[in-house]
Amino acid sequence: MELSGAQILVQSLIDEGVEYIFGYPGGAVLHLYDALFQQDELKHILVRHEQGATHAADGYARATGKPGVVLVTSGPGATNAVTGIATAYMDSIPMVIISGQVSLPVIGSDAFQEVDMIGITRPCVKHNFLVKDVTKLAETIKKAFYVATTGRPGPVVIDVPKDITAPNIKVPYKYPKKVSIRSYNPVVTGHKGQIKKAVELLLSAQKPIIYSGGGVVLGEASNELIEFTKTLGYPITNTLMGLGAYPATEKQFVGMLGMHGTYEANMAMHDSDVIIAIGARFDDRVTGKLDLFCPYAKIIHIDVDPASISKTVKVDIPIVGDVKPVLKQMLELIKESQKKPDKKALEQWWNQIRHWQALNCLDFDRTSPLIKPQYVIEQLHEVTKGDAYVTSDVGQHQMWVAQYYPFDKPRHWINSGGLGTMGFGLPAAIGVKLAFPESEVACVTGDASIQMCIQELSTALQYNTPIKIINLNNRYMGMVRQWQEFSYQSRYSHSYMDTIPEFVQLAEAYGHVGMRISKPEEVRPALEAAFAMTDRTVFLDIMTDQTENVYPMIEAGKGHHEMKLRVATGTSTDRELA
Amino acid sequence: MKHIISILMENESGALSRVAGLFSARGYNIESLTVAPTEDPSLSRMTLVTSGSEEIIEQITKQLNKLIDVVKLVDLAESFHIERELMMVKIKTTIENRDEIRSMANIFRGKIIDVTPSTYIIEMTGPSEKLDAFIAAIDPDSIIEAVRSGATGISRGEKGLHL
Repeated sequence: MELSGAQILVQSLIDEGVEYIFGYPGGAVLHLYDALFQQDELKHILVRHEQGATHAADGYARATGKPGVVLVTSGPGATNAVTGIATAYMDSIPMVIISGQVSLPVIGSDAFQEVDMIGITRPCVKHNFLVKDVTKLAETIKKAFYVATTGRPGPVVIDVPKDITAPNIKVPYKYPKKVSIRSYNPVVTGHKGQIKKAVELLLSAQKPIIYSGGGVVLGEASNELIEFTKTLGYPITNTLMGLGAYPATEKQFVGMLGMHGTYEANMAMHDSDVIIAIGARFDDRVTGKLDLFCPYAKIIHIDVDPASISKTVKVDIPIVGDVKPVLKQMLELIKESQKKPDKKALEQWWNQIRHWQALNCLDFDRTSPLIKPQYVIEQLHEVTKGDAYVTSDVGQHQMWVAQYYPFDKPRHWINSGGLGTMGFGLPAAIGVKLAFPESEVACVTGDASIQMCIQELSTALQYNTPIKIINLNNRYMGMVRQWQEFSYQSRYSHSYMDTIPEFVQLAEAYGHVGMRISKPEEVRPALEAAFAMTDRTVFLDIMTDQTENVYPMIEAGKGHHEMKLRVATGTSTDRELA
Repeated sequence: MKHIISILMENESGALSRVAGLFSARGYNIESLTVAPTEDPSLSRMTLVTSGSEEIIEQITKQLNKLIDVVKLVDLAESFHIERELMMVKIKTTIENRDEIRSMANIFRGKIIDVTPSTYIIEMTGPSEKLDAFIAAIDPDSIIEAVRSGATGISRGEKGLHL
């Protein structure tokens, strides 16, 4: 079969099993868009801004586990996609981004809409390719998907010059079934000797804790993690990216750890004698001040990426490998072992943890006449029966979802953890809803974040993706304001917008339903009404308490045992409990 | 401590910038870097001299290994190896100092490869420290320019860095 480059690209994506491609046309990709027009297998989702395309593809990838695919034009199309590419890179999300490029003969001449996409994206992709030969196009696409989805996943850019896609140049097409790259062989199974050592250490622990992260979600190892945790009977904490990998409503779960983690999770980390880190990377938002991190613990670390091991925290037993097979190997050894976890020590340890839990660090003022954002999230959890896919933007609202929406399943909590990209939530929700049209999809956002990609409301209408936008409107960039309150004597420098749009009218202008909620008693009925409108996107503009802060908190330069807690009355004065 | 990292990588455009970009993005230091194709035209051999604590060198080798274009690498400092660097120095000469410079070049096993009435060019190879020593031994005012290739190296014995 002889095809043009543009046809090869489209056919390769179909043969790869791609369902949706998120994109925006432009000069350098016109041949490609013409090829897209002449087929109906591959569905194209036209966004309103290329950043939206990358986040939508990213949301799709996070929810399904399949790679997200993006198509943008050269120059500004490509640069607009960069934030979304970096977002996916930081959270190890498999994506393939196809960017148009000016024709090969004019590359380097500062041609119209030319930008060095390979150079620009190099630091924020797992790999990138410039296609210089149309006969290598199909193979390059196969390689891109292979690299993006194996090992530690990540985004891969394919830069395609316009002349490569020219309709008049046709070459034989065959999509390779398999591809191998001699310089790329990710490790899958763990080293047996290391696994044995790890199991011995784990079973001799007096105060153990399981600390698991996004790698468990990416590695589809949730079931293994659950069995592993239940077999051992040890407490487990999840990172922001790992939420849902272990059911949050189960009793061994002690909450998220880190900067806005629970008191009990952080105290247990600090006092533990053995930590097993599973698919987590000791991010600075997790560790707090490194010198104070887990001073008594021996650390086991399972990670598919050798470079994640001992990058910031020196570990005692590293295991390089995919989380799933490694956990299986460990479980077998644990079951075979004569040694069992020390029951008495474990009971004492759990007593200590229950004591910390009794502090009820996530309590908030339930009698306030103002709408407390935490209350909204709790109600969202109840109304959706804990079953929704929840995307978020970045800031206070993101932390409140992490704290007050207990996720019981992996891939349901969709947020930008590593890069912290405002504007992520709405397009990501569109991507999720396309993948799971029958499921509830909520985008929890704030009045500042939502404005960063609000144009995608238009996309949501065009493709009929009825999502529910929960806008926690506090008329501030809440997290910035909180830091300014704590660290800059409440000098609220530019964290307040004088002119916030009327979101209800804005939602209506985009063809959706808008609702404004100003009283606590209106929250529940509004949420129920919104989710009852199964065929409409609903924008709930919820006017929340402006002064509410995210607690508990590890402030900069502090350790896990030095959390700042809210006082029981829930007023804005707080005390240090160290 | 100084480390010589020898890298076998795909001979593709952009491969060099991936390595250089990695070092600048992560704040690692490069003292020198040389690169050229090998006897297998699909592969390039890069030699990179860097320094840092054991932890940093470990991160550097792990991060380099993560680059898709990197096929294999070895930290030569971990085993017996031979290090060589090429230098050419252009020296201003006078009737009074020509003999002295010539004998100095001989002591360091350098060769005079270009002569004019007022200059010599001396070619010299050796470990980087030897070249440093030669420069230090010459009157700095007499040096017009010095060009160095950066160190390259190879391990001793039967072991080698190949596919």
